[in-house]
Amino acid sequence: MSTAIKHPNVGEFDELLGGDRPVLVDFWAEWCMPCRMLAPVIEQLGERYAGRIAVAKVNVDEQPELAARYHIQSIPTVILFDKGQPVHTEIGLRPLDAYTRKIDALLG
Amino acid sequence: MDNKTDILIVGAGPAGLSAAVNAAARGKTVRILSGENTILSKAEAVDNYLGLYHLTGPELMRRFTEHAAAMGIVPEKGRVSNLLPFDGAFMANFSGQIMQASAVILATGAAKARAVPGEAELLGHGVSYCATCDGMLYRGKKAVVWGLAPDAPEEANFLRGIGVEVSYIARNGRPEELDAAIPFYPGQVERVEGSEGRVAGVHIGGSGAPGGQTLPADAVFILRSAIAPAALIDGLEMEDGFVKVNRLMETNIPGLYAAGDCTGAPFQIANAVGDGLVAAQQAARYLDKQARNGG
Repeated sequence: MSTAIKHPNVGEFDELLGGDRPVLVDFWAEWCMPCRMLAPVIEQLGERYAGRIAVAKVNVDEQPELAARYHIQSIPTVILFDKGQPVHTEIGLRPLDAYTRKIDALLG
Repeated sequence: MDNKTDILIVGAGPAGLSAAVNAAARGKTVRILSGENTILSKAEAVDNYLGLYHLTGPELMRRFTEHAAAMGIVPEKGRVSNLLPFDGAFMANFSGQIMQASAVILATGAAKARAVPGEAELLGHGVSYCATCDGMLYRGKKAVVWGLAPDAPEEANFLRGIGVEVSYIARNGRPEELDAAIPFYPGQVERVEGSEGRVAGVHIGGSGAPGGQTLPADAVFILRSAIAPAALIDGLEMEDGFVKVNRLMETNIPGLYAAGDCTGAPFQIANAVGDGLVAAQQAARYLDKQARNGG
C-alpha cells in the first residue's frame, strides 16, 4: 500500500482538513466491488499530487461518523475539500481524468 | 491480477459471438460474458439472413453458439455492472470479480428498459443498481427492491439479512425465493420521489390501487438483468438512446467498441454480425498498435 494515502480516524481527519493543503477523500468499504476497482486510481492520484494535496481513504464501516457527516449514500464517493469545506463531489466509479480535472482546476 | 484477457465482449448475441469468433481468428484471447438470452432466441422465424433461411431464431442461435464453441469460445453467464478505463486497459466488475481487458466490445443488445422519472436524477442519492454495493449504507432504514432480474429476490433477501427494512415490487406475483418476511407489492415503479436531493419514496403503478400508491423509502434498488451501456461506463457518448459509434465501431472512449443493436437500427442479424466483425478487427488492430508502442 502506498504511503502517500492516509487512513485517518475522526480526529486525524479533522486535523487533515484544517491543514493548508486541499484534501481528496475516497469513502469506501471492503465489500464494495466498484470501490476496489477505484483503489488503483486513488493510489495514482496520491502519487501524482504528492506534496500538493493530501489523499485519504475513509472506510465507511470503520468511520460511520464521517460517512454520516457527509451524507454518504452510495460508495465510492470521492469528495475534494479546500480550506476544510467540500468543493466537489464525485459519486460512483469515474475515470482518472474526472478527478484530475477538478484537482487541477482547484490548484490553478 | 491473473484475470486478464485481450478482448472482453459484453453480450453473447449475434454481434458478440461474431466479434468473439473474429477476434479469436486474429489470435487474440477472448472472454465473452452474457446476462440473459439474446432476443434472437425468441424469434419465431428468420428469413433475411443470407444463405441460412427458413430457420427459427433458436436454431440460428444454436448454430452461432456452436461455431463459437468450435473455436473454444463459451459465453460465461453473469452480470457486468461496472467498466473502468485505467492505465491503457479496462477493469470490469463481472458478478463480483474484477477482470482486466486491453479492449472491450459492447454488444449488449437494444435496451428494453427506459429509466423511470427520478431515477437518473437520484442515482447515488438513494437510487442504486447494486444491493451488495450500497446495501450496508441502509442498515436500519427503509429500502424498496424493484425486481426486474431473476436474481433480484436473492438480493432482496441479502438486504434483509444485513438489517435493511426491505419491500419488494414486481409485476408477476410474489417470487417463491423471496423471504416470507419481506412485504410484496405487485406492479411497477412509475417514478422515484425525491425531496431535498434524496430519495423519499417510490410511486407504484399497476398494483390495482386507483391512481397508484406511494411507498416511503430511503433507498430504491432497481435490479434489471442488463445495465444500460451509459450506466456501465462513465462518459460514454450516446445518441438517441444508443451507443454512438463511427463506421469502425469505435466509441468516444479509446479501446472501447460497440456492435449490434446497442448501436441502433437496423436491428437485424446480418447487421449485428457485420458490426461484430468490424469491432473485432478494430480492437485487434488497436491491441497490435499498443504492443508496437510498448504499451
